[in-house]
Amino acid sequence: MSEHSEAPAPEAAPEPEAEDAAETGSAGETGSAGEPVRRPLALVGDMLRPRLTRGQAAGALLCLVLGFAVVTQVRANHHDTKFATARQDELVGILSDLTQRSERLRGDLRDLENTKAGLERDARGQTALEEARRRADDYGLLAGTVPAQGPGVEIVVTDPRRAVRAANLLDALEELRDAGAEVVQVGDVRAGVDTYFVDRPEGVIADGRFLPPPYRILAIGDPHTMATALGIPGGVVRTLRGLGAGVTVTPRARMTVSAVRSG
Amino acid sequence: MFALIGLVAGVLLGLFLHPSVPLWLQPYLPIAIVAALDAMFGGVRARLEGVFDEKTFVVSFVGNTIIAALIVFLGDQLGVGSQLSTGVVVVLGVRIFSNAAAIRRKLFGA
Repeated sequence: MSEHSEAPAPEAAPEPEAEDAAETGSAGETGSAGEPVRRPLALVGDMLRPRLTRGQAAGALLCLVLGFAVVTQVRANHHDTKFATARQDELVGILSDLTQRSERLRGDLRDLENTKAGLERDARGQTALEEARRRADDYGLLAGTVPAQGPGVEIVVTDPRRAVRAANLLDALEELRDAGAEVVQVGDVRAGVDTYFVDRPEGVIADGRFLPPPYRILAIGDPHTMATALGIPGGVVRTLRGLGAGVTVTPRARMTVSAVRSG
Repeated sequence: MFALIGLVAGVLLGLFLHPSVPLWLQPYLPIAIVAALDAMFGGVRARLEGVFDEKTFVVSFVGNTIIAALIVFLGDQLGVGSQLSTGVVVVLGVRIFSNAAAIRRKLFGA
């Protein structure tokens, strides 16, 4: 009794999809739920049988749109989840990073395009030669084989107590390099990749040359960055002053590093 | 049959074309998709019950989709967009489930 009343009841009241059912009205399937084996297959087969009518085509088109929209939306969601959980300041950070990076890349792009245009313009290799010379100059500066000019800082370390060691000068050199110094001269020694410092009772030996105090360091690069890097708490200047040395850091808009390395 | 082919073709198109959702459509597309799913399930159910009518299917598909998007749009204008979309999704979800239940009863008799 209960089974019989339960099965047809939900079918007889198809209220959710009323607009589909109400149109053609005759629901001739009521009470046919009792044959579960053969009929479903027949139903599915009947449903899958292709009939080329305008309605079918419209249905196919709609389903196409639906599938397309589903995939589109799913993909859009996948893209979103990467940043959806990030907090606002993280997003701001990411954005400003990206902006900086794109600025830098755009600058690189401009330079490279200029170079390319120059190279294309002259067939006789004038620009190529200039480019090669410029690069030779760049590498010469880095290697220390040519004199250099530019903005930078001058650091003078007076050492009345003879307490400054080679390690302190090395620290200063490393700090300057970290801060973007391109050319560094210590005393009259041009610092290169293999520059070394050795302790002596009355001073320091740099690359085999004896340097008595006061030590004078010239560094070409961004003066502000280097001065800040030297002056951080616990940094080079503090350490040297802690040893009783006097340190003056003077930013200069233009200075010349004339010492060169032999190669 | 053609509907099935259309669905598969749509999915493949979406996979190959890498479309991106335009900004103005972004809040409405998910709701419209749910409405369209509902219409599709309704169509399958009607087909199984032998009362499928293509015109009804097309009209209900397009109509439901547009109405769902419109409701969300209206909710956005009124400042209750998220609540309204939740409501629409719940209603459509209920309908999808009842349609699925009807399809299941037809196919498996249970």
